[in-house]
Amino acid sequence: MSALSVRGLRKSYGATEVVSGLDLAVEPGECFGLLGPNGAGKTTTLRLCLGLIEPDAGAIELLGEPVPRRARQARARVGVVPQFDNLDPDFTVEENLLVFGRYFGFSKAEIQPRIASLLEFAGLTGREDSKIMALSGGMKRRLTLARALVNDPQLIFMDEPTTGLDPQARHLIWERLRRLTQEGKTLVLTTHFMEEAERLCHRLAIMDRGRVITQGTPRALIAEHIEPQVLEVHGPGYEAWMERAKGLAPRVERVGDTVYAYGEDVEPLLKTISGELGYLHRPASLEDVFLKLTGRDLRD
Amino acid sequence: MLVWRKLLAAAMLSNLADPLIMLFGLGYGLGALLPSIEGMSYIAFFAAGQLCTATMFTASFESMFSGFARMHGQKTWDAILYAPLTIDDIVGGEIAWAASKAWLTGSTILGVAVLFGIAQSPWVLLALPAAFLVGLAFSAVGLIMCVLAKGWDFFSFYMTLVMTPMMMISGVFFPAEQLPAPLVAVAKALPLYHGVQIVRPLVAGGPPPDLLLHLAVLLAYAAAGYMLAIHFARKRFSS
Repeated sequence: MSALSVRGLRKSYGATEVVSGLDLAVEPGECFGLLGPNGAGKTTTLRLCLGLIEPDAGAIELLGEPVPRRARQARARVGVVPQFDNLDPDFTVEENLLVFGRYFGFSKAEIQPRIASLLEFAGLTGREDSKIMALSGGMKRRLTLARALVNDPQLIFMDEPTTGLDPQARHLIWERLRRLTQEGKTLVLTTHFMEEAERLCHRLAIMDRGRVITQGTPRALIAEHIEPQVLEVHGPGYEAWMERAKGLAPRVERVGDTVYAYGEDVEPLLKTISGELGYLHRPASLEDVFLKLTGRDLRD
Repeated sequence: MLVWRKLLAAAMLSNLADPLIMLFGLGYGLGALLPSIEGMSYIAFFAAGQLCTATMFTASFESMFSGFARMHGQKTWDAILYAPLTIDDIVGGEIAWAASKAWLTGSTILGVAVLFGIAQSPWVLLALPAAFLVGLAFSAVGLIMCVLAKGWDFFSFYMTLVMTPMMMISGVFFPAEQLPAPLVAVAKALPLYHGVQIVRPLVAGGPPPDLLLHLAVLLAYAAAGYMLAIHFARKRFSS
């Protein structure tokens, strides 16, 4: 049985359909990534799965509970890390965990013994009595993650867990998330960072305009949708170079003043680069798949 | 929902000091100039009004400003919704909390009134549940304002256009019946008047006339406020 299964999910706000016929299945113990440009419907999908909003159509089953009908029962076994931290600034680090545990109906005596290990997990040992205001962005993020674990959830939803963090803080979060999957927890995360999705997710789905346009393992998606090698070229004369490249590579794209050439083997192309042209030769990544499938236009 | 003890000290000071200063300032100052009013000293007359008004203000401030801060500013409501709780639970919790805090204000004023010999009869003990009911009615109405508000400015309208005039016509400072009949009719449609009508006889030391009517109006405001607040909160949180 899937940890989360979604079939034919639809949700409109006014005339705009934000989620339009979404199907997903997340298996127990996997880290599943939901990728998509801004406005693709990722956050709305998460809110629907939690039973916070009512779908217009479709069926959701979260940890075996039908949502939204039995969303309360499902949420008792689920953790949430929201896109924006909403820790309670009136409380200390420890009190935030305590109070949040109380919302799940645990007594103080039940939560208290767990706090030390939660703080250890968050790398906040010794900060029990700190005010939320005194924490850095990374610390707040880690505390929000620890807070999501207060009910020892089987599945954790994370909405852009590392947005706005510096690389150190981001790597620490990644390490912790891997630890959670090793413990057998199911993770569902949305992200803009393809690097993050590539590193963490066993499987992922790319969403656009309210539906899933492709899904699979990161490697499979790259293999399926994109040529393995990429050559990015920019600088004076790039337009002339682009014309030459078109004969040598199966796919050549121009974005602004940069030319992207994709192919099995870009060695012959590399030899044609001369003069003041700057270039970057790299293996294709998930980001290339993402941009190919969702387009390069800005989304607001 | 009931774990906001931390901010209690500072909040209690402002919720209590203001009405008490006003009670003694106006009560003794103005009271010295006035003969007895409805058979009681002015300060006793005013104490009943002030008890209800202070309870109203605490309930309204807590449900509007503190509620809005938790809902909108700190997004605490969003966080609570990740737990197995619903928006209905939060609305109920906020109203219960604001009413409890308001009750603390009302009962402290009552305690001071007893301490200074303003109220002496055991009847006055019944003002305690009455104060809770007044708190409940205004917390529920305040929470409607909270879940409807787009920003902080919204509350000024309610305070200036509703609460302040209500305080003037509800028999807090002088008997409401002195006013022109249409204004009395308006006052009778509002909850503060009925709170005062219950508490004042109790302070004087007797059973309040028309008790059931006054209780019914306060309960109706609390119940209707609760249901409307839930309705608008669901709407706000479903988009």
